[in-house]
Amino acid sequence: MSVIKPLSGAQAVAEAMRQINPDVVSAYPITPQTPIVEYFAEFVANGLVETETIPVESEHSAMSAAVGASASGARAMCATSSQGLALMWEVVAATPGLRLPIVMPVANRALSAPINIHCDHSDTMGTATIGWIQIFSENAQESYENMFLALRLAEHKDVLLPVMVMQDGFIISHGVENVKILEDDVVKKFVDDRNPDRYLFDVKNPYTIGPLALPDYYFEIKRQQEEAMINAKKVYLEIGEELSKITGNKYPYFEEYRMEDAEAAIIVLASAAGTAKDAIDEMRSHGGKVGLIKPKLFRPFPYKEMRDALKNIPVIGVLDRSISFGSYAPLYTEIRNSLFELENKPLLQSYIFGLGGRDIFKAEIKQVFEELLSGRVNSEEQKYIGLRG
Amino acid sequence: MANKKGWHDLMRGADLPPATSLEYKTGSWRTMRPVFDPTDCIHCMICVAYCPDMAIPIIKNEDGVTGKGGRLYKGVVRLETDFDYCKGCGICAQECPTKCITMIREEEAVESSSK
Repeated sequence: MSVIKPLSGAQAVAEAMRQINPDVVSAYPITPQTPIVEYFAEFVANGLVETETIPVESEHSAMSAAVGASASGARAMCATSSQGLALMWEVVAATPGLRLPIVMPVANRALSAPINIHCDHSDTMGTATIGWIQIFSENAQESYENMFLALRLAEHKDVLLPVMVMQDGFIISHGVENVKILEDDVVKKFVDDRNPDRYLFDVKNPYTIGPLALPDYYFEIKRQQEEAMINAKKVYLEIGEELSKITGNKYPYFEEYRMEDAEAAIIVLASAAGTAKDAIDEMRSHGGKVGLIKPKLFRPFPYKEMRDALKNIPVIGVLDRSISFGSYAPLYTEIRNSLFELENKPLLQSYIFGLGGRDIFKAEIKQVFEELLSGRVNSEEQKYIGLRG
Repeated sequence: MANKKGWHDLMRGADLPPATSLEYKTGSWRTMRPVFDPTDCIHCMICVAYCPDMAIPIIKNEDGVTGKGGRLYKGVVRLETDFDYCKGCGICAQECPTKCITMIREEEAVESSSK
């Protein structure tokens, strides 16, 4: 029997880590990721897991230790946010190249400067091109379940790539909600043991990891990595099906909320999707034909499936919680790219919202819908929600 | 490049089998190739001593080899450059007292060998 517990997003992820019982966790505290590691350290201190925690002096060392542990054959995890992710970037980029299945929960937080501890997605968006699988979670429940999906996906023989499981900093990481927690045995059976095909502690079968690869080999290694990403897209759905059997929830590439007959849709990641759902429910109750698409799997991005979902929607607003300076916003870019093959393209509008943790309200989302339905949109212009002029 | 493994056949993530450094031929880095003219060589060993990659092999040869001026050079003599490791730095050509080593572009060497 699963149980309902009042947990913050950070606690929910720590709970998932307790049930996974990884061999090694190395992390350095950074707001708002800190409680993930704090709660997990409590489990270690109380003997509830067999995990070896490695106290390190920085995030660069945290990811390096996780890489070393994972290469040795251990199931290794890390966790971070914002500046921490920025500091560990060098090793973050090396991890998928080394094909190590490290799972890292990230509590999304704005990047300095100016210094800010609250939520936006500029931290992980900065790493979107370097080969990590990225899964966004709307709430604590999704964060919890995505950890199991992420682990199995990372370690799948056709994938072997690291995975980031994102939740919105503070909004989700520190907000308490009811979370349905699975039985320990059920999770244990689902995640099983890592079982790598080769690992450095297997001293009878030595091999070299992390060699130099110059112009004559580097290119081929990167092509292999891209193949793993292509595979990840398929394997994500397969493992999602399996996870569905124990949680009762679905794990599509993106959630479609009240999209039947929608005349306008917004697309938004993570916790703001919850606010959007409330706004949509209210508008629907007054006859408004509006809907939401909430991408879950951001890397690899499901272009074709997104195109199919959007092809009959007259007008779409894409809400980004980060700016990609000098170019279209990250999520907007992907949606624009998804639509290229359509002959009759929907109208599109890009919006930036919530930078540095600024709240977004139902009223603002309703205004977006009204703007979309009025047709006053320009696909080449970036608009801002809740910004003072 | 054509005889190297493609991405389907390489081990995942640039992993390698153990003890393979002997198979790593760094000569592919070369853009310039030293062309050695044995008829002008006096087997002084200056190129051998200066080569930073020990890419000029030597051998003891009591029968002798014909070098500069048609003379027979006996004892330790140099052989053709080992192109598996020569990176074409040109130090041998610079230091050679008889200027019997000339540097040409690698693609010229490939072109002339395919003719």
